[in-house]
Amino acid sequence: MVLVHPTRRGFLKAGTGAVVASVLGFDVKTAYAQAQELKISKTTETRSTCPYCAVACGVIIHTLGDKAKNVTAQVVHVEGDPDCPTNRGTLCPKGSSLYHDILNDRRLLRPEVRRAGSDRWEPIPWDRAFEEIGRHIKSARDESFVATDAQGRTVNRFENMAFIGGCTDTNEFNYLVVKTMRGMGVTYIENQARV
Amino acid sequence: MTNGWVDIKNTDMMLIMGGNPAENHPCGFKWAIEAKRERNAKMIVVDPRHTRTAAVSDMYVQIRAGADIAFLGGLIRYAIENQRIAKEYLVNFTNAAFLVQEGFKLPEDGLYSGFDEESKTYDRSSWNYESGDGRATPNALPGNVAADLTLEHPRCVYQQLKRQYSRYTPEMVERITGVPKEQFLKAADLFTSIRKDGDMKNVATIIYAVGWTQHSFGTQIIRTAAMLQLLLGNVGRAGGGVNALRGHSNIQGATDMAGLFDSLPGYLKIPSVDDKDFDSWIKRTTPTSSKPADWDSWNYYSNTSKFAVSLLKALYGPAARKENNWAFDYLPKIDREYSWTHIFNEMYEGKVKGLMAFGMNAVAIGPNSQKNIDALKKAKFLVVCDIYPEETSDFWRAPGITPEETKAIQTEVYRLPGAGFAEKDGTFVNSARWLQWKWAAVPPPGDAKLDQEILSRIFLKVRELYRKEGGAFPDPILNLSWNYSIAENPSLSEVARELNGRALDTGQQLPGFAALKDDGSTSCGNWIWCGSWTEAGAMMQRRDPADPSGLGLHPNWGWSWPMNRRVLYNRASCDVSGKPWDPSRALIWWNEEQKKWVGNDVVDFKPDSPPKDHMGPFIMNAEGVGRIFAPLAAFADGPFPEFYEPTESPVENALHPKRSKNPVAERFRTAMDKYGTPEEGFTIVCTTYRLTEHYHYWTKNNPMNVQLVPEPFVEIPMELAADLGIKGGDKVKVTSARASYQAKAMVTHRIKPMTIDGKKVYQIGIPIHYGYRGIQEDAGRTARSLTNSLTPTVTDPNAHTPEFKGFLVKLEKA
Repeated sequence: MVLVHPTRRGFLKAGTGAVVASVLGFDVKTAYAQAQELKISKTTETRSTCPYCAVACGVIIHTLGDKAKNVTAQVVHVEGDPDCPTNRGTLCPKGSSLYHDILNDRRLLRPEVRRAGSDRWEPIPWDRAFEEIGRHIKSARDESFVATDAQGRTVNRFENMAFIGGCTDTNEFNYLVVKTMRGMGVTYIENQARV
Repeated sequence: MTNGWVDIKNTDMMLIMGGNPAENHPCGFKWAIEAKRERNAKMIVVDPRHTRTAAVSDMYVQIRAGADIAFLGGLIRYAIENQRIAKEYLVNFTNAAFLVQEGFKLPEDGLYSGFDEESKTYDRSSWNYESGDGRATPNALPGNVAADLTLEHPRCVYQQLKRQYSRYTPEMVERITGVPKEQFLKAADLFTSIRKDGDMKNVATIIYAVGWTQHSFGTQIIRTAAMLQLLLGNVGRAGGGVNALRGHSNIQGATDMAGLFDSLPGYLKIPSVDDKDFDSWIKRTTPTSSKPADWDSWNYYSNTSKFAVSLLKALYGPAARKENNWAFDYLPKIDREYSWTHIFNEMYEGKVKGLMAFGMNAVAIGPNSQKNIDALKKAKFLVVCDIYPEETSDFWRAPGITPEETKAIQTEVYRLPGAGFAEKDGTFVNSARWLQWKWAAVPPPGDAKLDQEILSRIFLKVRELYRKEGGAFPDPILNLSWNYSIAENPSLSEVARELNGRALDTGQQLPGFAALKDDGSTSCGNWIWCGSWTEAGAMMQRRDPADPSGLGLHPNWGWSWPMNRRVLYNRASCDVSGKPWDPSRALIWWNEEQKKWVGNDVVDFKPDSPPKDHMGPFIMNAEGVGRIFAPLAAFADGPFPEFYEPTESPVENALHPKRSKNPVAERFRTAMDKYGTPEEGFTIVCTTYRLTEHYHYWTKNNPMNVQLVPEPFVEIPMELAADLGIKGGDKVKVTSARASYQAKAMVTHRIKPMTIDGKKVYQIGIPIHYGYRGIQEDAGRTARSLTNSLTPTVTDPNAHTPEFKGFLVKLEKA
C-alpha cells in the first residue's frame, strides 16, 4: 500500500521565490516574507471530506495546537485538498464556508430534555439521559414486542419505535445502527437515503 | 454511479436530466466541462428550469416536471426507428433476444397483464421469459430461456420494446412533455448521433439526481434511462453508464449499509414472515441462473449464503451457529412496508410511540410537514442527536402551536449534541462508490459527544436493563457481538475492520468477498466492502492520486466497492470477442496468451472466462445480461416503464386518460393526506430544488451561507407574475391541498409557460432550505414555513420515495 503525504508547504516555499521573481519582475522580498508568515504555516493539516454533497470533495482542516493530550486544537482554516482527484483543491460556496460550520456559536453544546407538557428545554446530565432513554426503549419494546404473528410464524419484531439516520453519518456509525437496531428487532429503520 | 466523477471527462455525449450539477455538484461538474473542452463532447440538458447547467449546455430542452418517461420513451422509439442502436451489444449483452411468454400484455390501456383492481397490485407471473425446454416455471425464471438472436420473433424483448414505445411518437412526446416536436427531434438526433451508422467508438453518459427519483414513478424513469443506455451500448464503458449524482456526502454509504427497512448490509434482503428458517430465506433470495442454453451466466448472487452467514457471524459472533440457523430468528421478519412515510403515518395513527433521529431533521425533510409534526405530538418519546437546533426537536413549539397546545403535548424530547464532520473519523462513500477515510481534526465542542458513543451508551443501557430485569426476547440483545476495545465508545477503525471481515480461525483480515464462507468460519459486516481493510492495511485510507491509464480511474486513491472496480460491468466495454469497443478508452480486455481478462480497471467479471463461452457481462443478474425487460418481481409497476401522470397533475394522461396515474403508487388515507386537483383551482405545477449556496436544512445556521442567500423565495415565470400582478420582491403565498407557504417572489425568465396537450401550464419552483429554526428564522426575518408543508404523501411503489417534484398549487399575492 502506498501512503502519500506530499509536502505542500515545501512546494510553496520552493515555488514562491523563484517563480514569482521571474514572472513578476519586481522585488519579491516583501511577497516572500508574506508567504513565510501565512497563518497556515504552523498548522497541523488533517485530511477530511466535505460533509455536503456526494462529490465528497477532499478538504484540509488546518489546526493550531499539536493534538497533545493537554492541548485543544483550534481550527484556523479549511481549504480544498489539491491531491483529491475529484475536486483537485476546488470547493463550492458551501465547502468554502466549512470553517464557519465547525466554529459556529449555534452549535448544541449540552444534552437537554423537553419534559412532557413543558414549554422549555432543560439541561440533563448525559448519564441521566442515557438511563431515561434506555428505559423508554425497554418499556416500548416490552410493551409491543411481537414474537409470533397471527399465523404462528416467528417474527420477533419491535414495531413501535423507529430509527432514522442522516446523510452525514459515517459508514461505521451506520453499521452500529444496523447492529443495535436490528438486534433489538426494530423494523422501522430508515434514512435520508429514502427521501 | 456505474462510473465516477472523473470518468465523465471520457464521454462524447451527456444527457443531464433530473439533476442540476452545475449548481448542486459544482466541483464534480468540472469533469463535464472537461469533456466539452477536451473531447468536444455535447451536453443536452432537460429540465423544467433554465438552470446554470442549462446555461453551459449545447442544447437546453424545457420539460414539464414529471414528464420524463414520455421524453425518454420517445428517445427509445427514435433510436429504434433510425436504427441508431448497438446491435452486437444488444443481442449479446442484453435480454433483447429473450422471448417473453404468451399471456404477457403491454399497457396500451394503461395496465399490464395481471392487475388486480381491488388490491391495486399486479400478479406478475405473466411477466416472465418463455422456457427454452418446454418446462413451465410459474413465478420463477426458467433455467433455459428461449431466444431469437435475429430479434425478429414477435414476442422477443426487442420487438416488445419496439411495440411498447411505438406509441411515444414525437407528437405524443410534445403533448405530454410540452417539448415542441421539432425540438424533441433535434435532441433525439443529437443524443443518438453517437450510434450513427452503428459505429461503436463513441459513448454517451446519462446523469441524473433526485429530479428523477422523487416521483410516484421515479424508479421507472431511471429504468428507462438504463434501457436506453443498454440499447445504445453505453453501459460498462469509460465515459458511459447511468450516473446518479447523490445529494449527500454519505447517502451512497447509507444505502450500501442498509439504513433502510427492506434490506440488510450489502443489499441482502430482509427476511420475510414466510422464511421459516435460514435455508428458506436463502433459497428465496438466491437467484438461479436463467439464460439461453448455449450461453453462460456467472450469477454472482448464487453466493448469497456466504454473505449472509458471514453477516450473522459479525452481528452475533459465537451465538450464530449452524445448529441455531446462524441466529436467523434474531432478525425481525417483515410482511409489509416500514418505509419513511409509513413511520410518520403509523405514528400519526398512534401506533409508533418512539423515534430516534440521528442527524436527520425529519420534520423538514419528509413530505407533508404538518402531518409529521402532528405525528410527533402523539409520540411518547423522541431522541434527536444533532449539531444545531432544528425543526424536529423543536416540533412542540412549531409556528401555529399555541402555549396551551404545547402544554397538551406529552412527548418527552431529548436533544443530544453530536459531533460535526471535522470532529469525526470514519468513511463516507461518494457518489462514485469510493470509500474515503477522513481523520478527526478537533474534538466535539462543549459537552457534545461522538455519535458512536451516544448510540453505544444507549444500547448498552438497554442491554443492562435486559440483563438485570429480563423482558421480551432478550437473546439477540444480550448476544449481540460487541467486543470493541472501548465498548462505550468503539473506535471506528475497529468497526471498519469488522465491516471488511476476517477469517475466524486465523484472525486475519480477508482479502475480498471471494474468501467468504457459509460454514461459519468467516465474519463480515458488509460483503460489498470486503477488501476495504485487508492484511495490507486500510485501503480506503490510500491517498495516491496517480492515474496511470489517464482514464480518471485513480486506482490507489481510497477504495471503490466492489473490489476497487471503478467502472461497473466493465466486461461490456469490449465486444463479444473481448476487444475494447474503443481502444483509446480501454478499461479491460481479453488476453489470449494469458487466458485471462486484464486491463486498467479491476475486472468486473469472471477473470478466466474466455469470450467463446459467452458469459454475460452483467454478473449480478441471473441472466448475465442487461435487463431491457425486467421479469417477474423486479418492479411493482411493470417490466417496461410506462408514462403516468404525477399524482397531482394539470392534465389527464394523453396515452390513456382513463388510467392517468401510476396504478400501484401508494397514497395515504389519514385526515392529513389531501390531494389537490385542477378542478379545485390547483392548476400550477410546483417543483422543489436546492441552491448552490445552501445545503438542505443545515446551512441556515451558517452565517456565510445565510449572507449569500438570506431568505426563501418562490421562482415565478414572468408571464404568470404579470397575470397575477406580482412584481419581484412582493410577498406571495403558495397553497397546496395540504398547506400554505409564504416567501418573496423571484420573477424570472428561467421558467417559461408550456403548452401541455393544448392547455397552457405554468410551473413554479421553491428552494427547500428554510424552516423555523435558523439564523434568519430565529431573528424573525422569514415566514418560518417549510417548503415540504406543501408536498404530498405519495410514494414510488419500488423505492418508496415521496413525490416532491411536480405537485399542484395555487399562487397569490400575500
